[in-house]
Parts: sequence; structure tokens; C-alpha cells
Amino acid sequence: MFEAIAFYVFSALTIVMFYVTVTTNNALYALSALAAGMIFISGFFFLLDADFLGVIQLIVYSGAVMAMYAFGMMFFDSTKVVKEKTHSARNVFILTALSAIIIVAILTAPVIADNAQALFQPFADKGNVENLGYVLFTKYLIPFELAAVMLLVAMIAGIVLASKKMDIPLEKDAQ
Amino acid sequence: MITLNHYLIVAAVLFVIGMIGVMRRKNLLMLFFSTEILLNSVNIGFVALSHYLNDLSGQIFAFFIIAIAASEVAVGLGLLILLYKRKNTVDLDVIQNMHG
Repeated sequence: MFEAIAFYVFSALTIVMFYVTVTTNNALYALSALAAGMIFISGFFFLLDADFLGVIQLIVYSGAVMAMYAFGMMFFDSTKVVKEKTHSARNVFILTALSAIIIVAILTAPVIADNAQALFQPFADKGNVENLGYVLFTKYLIPFELAAVMLLVAMIAGIVLASKKMDIPLEKDAQ
Repeated sequence: MITLNHYLIVAAVLFVIGMIGVMRRKNLLMLFFSTEILLNSVNIGFVALSHYLNDLSGQIFAFFIIAIAASEVAVGLGLLILLYKRKNTVDLDVIQNMHG
């Protein structure tokens, strides 16, 4: 009962927040709505007994990613409304058909993949974090190390791209 | 009683919201936001499957998706700032300079 109420509340809130993010013209509204949606998604994770991922979602998304967008938006005139060209009727028709096909595919995929099997069953006497640690550092050790290298590369790329003479326009920079 | 299908339907709805955002927005910042929505909806699907199949692989995949999303934001925002310095706008149509 409690789970059902929490599920419906979180799904309604998440859908509304992400709808606001997608439709609003104001970048600041979109940023705030996206942050709120991320927090509600961590509620799903706690409901599903994935405590570790819930905390990671809160720290990484609502903390780091949103802060990074906020800092990034300080370099733009984020209150200025970007005039977006409206689509022609043909484009709207194609995009609508494409989304309809994709939503049907997404909704029928679980039916087709009904025979999915469990690979790594968690130990019943250990908590979620401990179980995740066992799987991550035995079966998925190499992907984990690769992800670490990828994050390092991304950090270097971010520093090189963004921090070089931030205050000077590019034309003066080239001279 | 909440079943796996409930979670998968929510994930699908969120995915479609994100995809509509990717397809119809022209503001590059909004495109990044929509990409985050797409990644998050897939995460919900993975974690729900992991819970109902009693299998940890789904949570591991969600973990790696979060790592990929973080690095995507770092590189993407760097490129976006460079584009803004060069063109003074974040409109997607401005990048299109080959009129074929």
C-alpha cells in the first residue's frame, strides 16, 4: 500500500517535472525542474531497494551535474529566450510517427524478453551496498577501471575546452 | 501491488518525453537536458528489472550509465561554451552552415 502510494506520487511528480523541462522556454526553469526530477527519480531507486544508486543519483545528478550546468549557464545569457524555428507540418508528422513506433517498441520489448535470466543473485544476508561491491569488483572490474579512465579523460577535456582564457572572446584570442 | 510493468511504463513515458525534447527543441542547452532525461529513464528501467529479477547486473549498468552521463556533461558543456564564444548563441540552427 505504502509502496503503491509512493510509486504513483513519484511517477506523477517526475513526469510533470520532466514535461516542464522539455516544454519551457526559460533555461532557468528547465534547470530547476530537471534537478527536481532527478531527486524524485532517486525516490524510485530507494523504493526498489537500490540504496547505493539512490544516494549516487542524489550526489552525482542533483549535486554535481546540476551544479555543472549552473556554472556552465553563467557563461551564457541564460535569461535570453532562444527563438526556435517552428517545424513544417511534414516534419511534425514524421516525428510523431517515429515516437509512436518507438513507444510501441519500448512497451512490447519486455513481453518479448520475458525469458531474461538472473546472472548475479545478491547474497540474502548482505546489504545492497556490500552486494554491489562484490559484483562490481569481481565481475565488472575492467569496465569499472575503464570508466575511471573515461572520467579522467572527460575531466581533462572539460578543463582544456572551457577554462582557456574564458574572459576573452575567441577572435581576440586567435590574434 | 506495483509490478515490474508499472516501472517499465513510467520509464517508457519518461523516455518518450526526453525524445520529444531531443527532436523538437533547437536550444542546445535544452538538448543536453533532454539527453539527461533519456539516460535517467533508462536507469529506472534497469534498476526495476534488477529488483524484480533479483539480479545485480541492472544496478551495475545504471551505475556505468551515471558515469557516462557525468563525462558527457563535462565534455558537452566545454564544447557548448566554445560554441557560444564563437557564434554568440546556443541555437542549433546556427551550427548548420552547409546548405545542401
